[in-house]
Amino acid sequence: MTLTQHDIDQEIAAEHAAYEKRVADGAPVEHHPRRDYAPYRSSILRHPQQPPIAIDVSKDPELVELHSPAFGERDITEIDNDLTRHHRGEPIGERITVSGRLLDRDGRPVRGQLIEIWQANSAGRYAHQREQHDAPLDPNFTGVGRTITDADGGYRFTTIQPGPYPWRNHLNAWRPAHIHFSVFGSAFAQRLVTQMYFPADPLFPYDPIIQSVTDDSARQRLVATYDHDLSVPEFSMGYHWDIVLDGPNATWLEEGR
Amino acid sequence: MTKIDTSRPETVLPTPSHTVGPFYGYALPFPGGGDIAPVGHPDTITVQGYVYDGEGNPLPDALVELWGADPEGNVPTADGSIRRDPATGGYVGRNGVEFTGWGRIQTDANGHWYARTLRPGARGRSAPYISVCVFARGLLVHLFTRIYLPGDDASLAADPLLSRVDASRRDTLIARDDGQGTYRFDIRLQGEGETVFLEFQ
Repeated sequence: MTLTQHDIDQEIAAEHAAYEKRVADGAPVEHHPRRDYAPYRSSILRHPQQPPIAIDVSKDPELVELHSPAFGERDITEIDNDLTRHHRGEPIGERITVSGRLLDRDGRPVRGQLIEIWQANSAGRYAHQREQHDAPLDPNFTGVGRTITDADGGYRFTTIQPGPYPWRNHLNAWRPAHIHFSVFGSAFAQRLVTQMYFPADPLFPYDPIIQSVTDDSARQRLVATYDHDLSVPEFSMGYHWDIVLDGPNATWLEEGR
Repeated sequence: MTKIDTSRPETVLPTPSHTVGPFYGYALPFPGGGDIAPVGHPDTITVQGYVYDGEGNPLPDALVELWGADPEGNVPTADGSIRRDPATGGYVGRNGVEFTGWGRIQTDANGHWYARTLRPGARGRSAPYISVCVFARGLLVHLFTRIYLPGDDASLAADPLLSRVDASRRDTLIARDDGQGTYRFDIRLQGEGETVFLEFQ
């Protein structure tokens, strides 16, 4: 039987209600998705059934996971953070500026760390060989960028507003427009891969991936804020998105936490 | 919303994780991603294996990152894993001389991955290990695990993590010695023989 949006809507609602009940019964707020989230069908066979083994890093400051691999100036080129300049011609679509700060759980800037992004073009097509969506490729847009955070933890990308696109989770499944982010912290244990969304996307309620974050407030933290001060006159629309890394780092130990 | 006011610590909450999705393949992997060891280094080892799902099928779209100490147990500080060519914007790759300690490998169509890196030295109270982070389509939050190398039973028995893991699952963290400096380490995301995964707190 064909899996419909209505079926997925009901599953999403049930997962959300189950989460609300857990919290009402005293369970902690969940900032991240559960790996076992059936509305996103690909998760079914790809999540562990055993609980993870907790490692209390305060018991061993020597753990290699409390350190991060190093990235430097030679790992990026000057225009890697401007995705509109990677080809000879101008890409098609609405230019945007995406900027924010990379922070740790204590709100401190995470400096000198690698941020990589990738995204679909303005028609909702990835420049990926296995992507079969019948939307046009843009010869002037690949949709891959990287940068290293500055002394204030700041980052900035110039790119093209990505389009939404269909996928095969269920019949008539559409992903809201998003940009994928891969981020390193000052500790490997802070590693994060996630997706940034755009304000007020009408596809949010239908999408099992964003809805896998069942906490309403946490889900909002995946949505960038339109920021007129970031908009570049005659050039681009500005979006602000701060990223907060979870997980311990070595500074926690230095301060005796 | 997503402008964080750091003067209000209660608003500094983690950005949720999401799956890496199916289409990272043209963005994150890079040539030589698994060739972490400097060329000709005598402490080079090869680590290889498969990533399996809950039905025992290999994942053709998993991404494995490795991070480990050098043979003396020091944390590598060299950058340059993903050196770019300023002329073309393409990759020039590692220089084959410095050891960055970090690598990234996409599984192939058979679900296989490999890396050539340096045998890690011990740090602190732990037996030597390579830290692993696994990403995949369908995996909403990445998974951490560790590759311990077999051979020194006393050191493995004294390791603070291994000594806490149930004996029936402990071997999922220890690579198999296939001889000639080659080790096999499979990652099973679910079900029988499920790999032990870690959560750092």
